[in-house]
Amino acid sequence: MELFRIDDRLIHGQVVVGWGQPLDIGFIVLVDDTVAASDWEQELYRMGVPPEMDVYFHSASDAIDAMPKYVADPRRGILLTGDIATMQRLVDGGVVNNVNVGGIHSKPGRVQRLRYVFLSPDEESQLRALAAHGVKVSAQDVPGARSVGLSDLLNGSEL
Amino acid sequence: MSSETTATPPANSAPRAIVAGHGEFAAGLVSAVQQITGRGGQLIPIAVHQLSVEDIEDLLRRRMIEHGVRVIFTDLQAGSCTMASRRILRGMDDAVLVAGANLPTLLDFVFSESRPAPEAARHAAERGRAAIAVHVAAALGDEGR
Repeated sequence: MELFRIDDRLIHGQVVVGWGQPLDIGFIVLVDDTVAASDWEQELYRMGVPPEMDVYFHSASDAIDAMPKYVADPRRGILLTGDIATMQRLVDGGVVNNVNVGGIHSKPGRVQRLRYVFLSPDEESQLRALAAHGVKVSAQDVPGARSVGLSDLLNGSEL
Repeated sequence: MSSETTATPPANSAPRAIVAGHGEFAAGLVSAVQQITGRGGQLIPIAVHQLSVEDIEDLLRRRMIEHGVRVIFTDLQAGSCTMASRRILRGMDDAVLVAGANLPTLLDFVFSESRPAPEAARHAAERGRAAIAVHVAAALGDEGR
């Protein structure tokens, strides 16, 4: 797996094209309880990727059990969650040690920390908890952008 | 001197479609349509910087209702605007989403005022697809220049 990414837009242009093409991504694992329970949502996201790229859908609990299969896959893959809490569950399950914050957008109660990252106090605590768990946390929307470490992300110095 | 003048049909400037996409894609294309045809008023450009998926969907839905339009043009099949539009158009049988729109697509659309907007959008999509061409210098007789 090349990338474990938190992105509230899930599959979109930055993921499929921005990361997908330069990394030669062969598959995406989308971990989201709502999407995993909806055939219509799955079809929506499946239509957004080129035919040579596979998409697999899992709930957070299912994803932990399925991870060995994806780690053993010779193709390069991206795992996506739409929020920090879901990624936290995967970290707790022992399957993630490096997290990319790729896009968490504006909502009431959130403060802007980067051009593409807005965080509530609870979400900041969640990211700190990931780091305390030994996970390397950084923010980077596209491969050509600078990777921003957690401390710089949280103090907003890169904004 | 003749008093006759060439009659030019008045351009319809009432909004008939939304254009949405990454960065300044929408504003740029609508600006180009306006510059070429003077009919950019038929298109509502929407940028979605820093918006969540839910907010993109809400913004597009509000603009559709506000202007009574049933056509959305977006830039990329995998884009957030396309995803949001597909959610909005679910169950709207008279609406059309064109993903992967380009300038020829929009030019054809704004000149298809006699057609209902959804029908004009389908026609424009075909024209936009056909308008992509690859020109090779050797084939044009430019080799060696």
